[in-house]
Amino acid sequence: MEKNQYKGWLYLLPAALFLAAFLVYPLVDVFVYSMEEGYNFASQTSFGTGLYNFSYVLHDPYFLQAVKNTFLMVVITVPLSTGIALLISVGLSSITPLRKLFQTIYFLPYVTNTLAVGLVFMVLFKKTAYSDGLVNLLINVFGGESVDFIDGPYPAKMFVMCLYVIWVVMPFKILLLTSAISSVNPNYYNAARVDGTSPFRIFYKITLPMISPTVFYLIITGFIGAFKEYGNAVALFGTDLNAAEMNTIVGYVYDMLYGDSGGYPSYASAAAIILFLIVMTITYLNLTFSKKHVYY
Amino acid sequence: MGDLNAAEQKKNTRHVPGEVIRKSIIYAGLVLWALMVLFPFYWMILTSVKGYGEYNSERIPKFYASSPTLQNYLDAFRTVPLGRYLLNTLIFTVITTAVMLIVVTLAAYGFARLSFPGKDLVFTGFLALMMIPNELVVITNFATITNLHLRNSFPGLILPSVTSVFYVYLLKENFAQVPDALYYAAKVDGTSDLKYLWKVMLPMCRPTLITVGILKVIECWNSYVWPRLITDDEAYFLVSNGIQEIRENGFGRENIPAMMAAVVVISAPLAVLFLAFREKIMTGVSRGGTKG
Amino acid sequence: MKVVLDNLTKKFPNRNKKAGGDVVAVDHFRFEIPDGELVGLLGPSGCGKSTALFMICGLQKPTEGKIFFGEQEVTNLPPEERGVGVVFQNYALYPHLSVLQNITFPLENLKGEEKLTKEQMKEKAYEAAKLVQIEELMERKPHELSGGQQQRVAIARALVKRPKVLLLDEPLSNLDARLRLQTREEIRRIQQETGITTIFVTHDQEEAMSITDRIVVMEAGRVHQIGKPQEVYDDPVDLFVAKFLGTPPINVFDGNVQGGKLYLGEEDVLDVPGVADGEVTVGIRPEGFVLDEAGQLSCKLFGVEVMGRDVTVVSTHDKCQGGTVRSIIQAENVVDAAKEQIRFNLKKAKVLLFQKETGERIR
Repeated sequence: MEKNQYKGWLYLLPAALFLAAFLVYPLVDVFVYSMEEGYNFASQTSFGTGLYNFSYVLHDPYFLQAVKNTFLMVVITVPLSTGIALLISVGLSSITPLRKLFQTIYFLPYVTNTLAVGLVFMVLFKKTAYSDGLVNLLINVFGGESVDFIDGPYPAKMFVMCLYVIWVVMPFKILLLTSAISSVNPNYYNAARVDGTSPFRIFYKITLPMISPTVFYLIITGFIGAFKEYGNAVALFGTDLNAAEMNTIVGYVYDMLYGDSGGYPSYASAAAIILFLIVMTITYLNLTFSKKHVYY
Repeated sequence: MGDLNAAEQKKNTRHVPGEVIRKSIIYAGLVLWALMVLFPFYWMILTSVKGYGEYNSERIPKFYASSPTLQNYLDAFRTVPLGRYLLNTLIFTVITTAVMLIVVTLAAYGFARLSFPGKDLVFTGFLALMMIPNELVVITNFATITNLHLRNSFPGLILPSVTSVFYVYLLKENFAQVPDALYYAAKVDGTSDLKYLWKVMLPMCRPTLITVGILKVIECWNSYVWPRLITDDEAYFLVSNGIQEIRENGFGRENIPAMMAAVVVISAPLAVLFLAFREKIMTGVSRGGTKG
Repeated sequence: MKVVLDNLTKKFPNRNKKAGGDVVAVDHFRFEIPDGELVGLLGPSGCGKSTALFMICGLQKPTEGKIFFGEQEVTNLPPEERGVGVVFQNYALYPHLSVLQNITFPLENLKGEEKLTKEQMKEKAYEAAKLVQIEELMERKPHELSGGQQQRVAIARALVKRPKVLLLDEPLSNLDARLRLQTREEIRRIQQETGITTIFVTHDQEEAMSITDRIVVMEAGRVHQIGKPQEVYDDPVDLFVAKFLGTPPINVFDGNVQGGKLYLGEEDVLDVPGVADGEVTVGIRPEGFVLDEAGQLSCKLFGVEVMGRDVTVVSTHDKCQGGTVRSIIQAENVVDAAKEQIRFNLKKAKVLLFQKETGERIR
């Protein structure tokens, strides 16, 4: 037993190799890239080192647009999706018939290819030469003007973007919240009911504090996830997000790296590091906040 | 206990009118969201069976297809290499999941079985790797794969995603629950470590392995960013890239019904998988899944 | 197959770094277990008995010392080459395998000439199963069995390779009282039928006393005494052994020897010729008390517990460590529970004297 210690290391070896090659080394390398000025991908040479890449990225209007988009999306989708998911989960937990069916339906978006379903959203919202699309039809019924949500004004595009993001992230939140609610010991509810506590008060005073760790977990992961939003934007607006004014920070990173606008790994690295710093800061703020408001 | 509560609630529902109103509001809300979720699926299937002419002549879209057709599905497979995309994705998903399961299982077993001074520290450091976001490392990985001339190849697609720190953690926790006495019993009989892993650990931890496998399959099937970076040859496109390609260049741009047919074909496998393994997937995700 | 432990020692590095040094789990064990005997390693938890067992079966390597099976040294052999069968504390049955698969599992590892066909394995498994009387359970899974049945499966699995030495780690600790009685007789029966040298580890002295040929009483990695159960009970080498064996436990008093007489407080209770004057620790077995109106030892009566066959008299005495004296007398002797005082005479053989400081036996 004791002499076979090296075998244990052997088991770790494949994972260690892959992680070293594709996680640890790149992590170091990204900082190197970000400091190399004028790096040329083809010749793999650079002029010198410094913070120029960061300065370039921070002055790039496309990046600023991406930051604005991302922040707007985060601020809109995280509270909304968490709040709606909470409402739905509480509703789900208070019914017995059809609960399983609802749960199954609500989970469906999790297993769908978001690129594919994004196309459906695009079709629903897009105004074309043939038809204004189903959503505009609805707007017309209520006496509104048709809007092109996909190629039209910025607020309209942001609206579809947020709607789709919420649609995509809801399954995970509903699932976690319902299982958190169902794991609250029913004795608390019975005790509260004996005291004649109203359902709202029960929710506010018992359920919410008891599930606050899950809510908080969802808020943190929600923030992180929303800051890294990219695929859903591509699904709705296509790959040329800069032209659509709908790029995200991650989208900016990839655009700098590859494609028609690509070939600048140093700018990409600088942008990725800025994104990482933003996410770290927000997560840190979240954690500080939670210490005061989460009951473990 | 649960039955009693349900029975009690029923009784309450019958007697208190406020309760009826409350329940109605709840159900209305739940149905509303269910419609929100289902409608895009309905619309995509509906559109996929409308004829090209029929679809484009509807200035006001209809909620039914007057003459349903499967022509769009034929178009989807004929006009763009949808079959190729599906096959590529299948190969990518199967190989990545299989290799990952092996790598992750071995590592988890190593951590669960090994004991050496400072092991906890090493493991904590290992777990810290979970915090590294993919966006930070993808740049170098792109360079690495390019320099290895592995762009537009399956190894290039697969290699960076065959380990997962999180799944190692999940499995290791599960392995640790297997009592040490079983290992001792096996050792007394001269069972090798590998045989013990294969014959005892894996069968006992099968639920977790299945969970990890399913989560990985979902992730692989839907992955978009890495495949997009690493492939520009259509012969290696996965479905996500394929659908993007279809959107931008396929079907002469406006053949929405054919596009929707492709979307249905792409979404179907995972939907079927989900309906077949509903419980497993949902408990699996609640235990450790994240989106994106 | 006799088993010889020669200077066997196991040290573990201390987990608590500040305390430093090593923890000695097994401290220079040196004894021999004769062929075909059933031996109990007995001691409180943490005394190193499981460590000793694990070294005998080869799961742990001794820091020092040697182990012999018969004339062969096995100290450095891996477990599978020693010919041992082990029954673990919680049975360690593979939960996903059927009873039959559990029992054949050890056989599947045999290599070379020893390799068996599926049929042979099954045959051997049924042989072992028959010995422990579980042939009807072969297709079940462990979770479908009761604790006692699981125990039998574990024994069958340990026996299927016809081991030279059978080791059992706390085999009865997970069973309820009634099953425990039944199972320990079962273990005795199986041991006698097979004649395999058997070592079992337990913290329950009653268990050890009842079925073993020999017990090894241990504490904190050290062997206190080895011998036939009754001998060890009657003639313990020190206070620890005396206290550890027997239910209810031995009554311990602070006593004094003056001029060949043993005093408990003011009363001289027994003649102890040849014992030097001075303070001693006195152990009196519960069955060492005889009711006598004119007895030398007087105690304050506290209560009487009638157990059917006999009666436990609970009383108090100033010099008794722990305060209460438990004595067992035959039920025919009627005790008036209303009385305040009760007087006893003592049976000489049941009164043991120990050094006050070291706990070593004086007489």
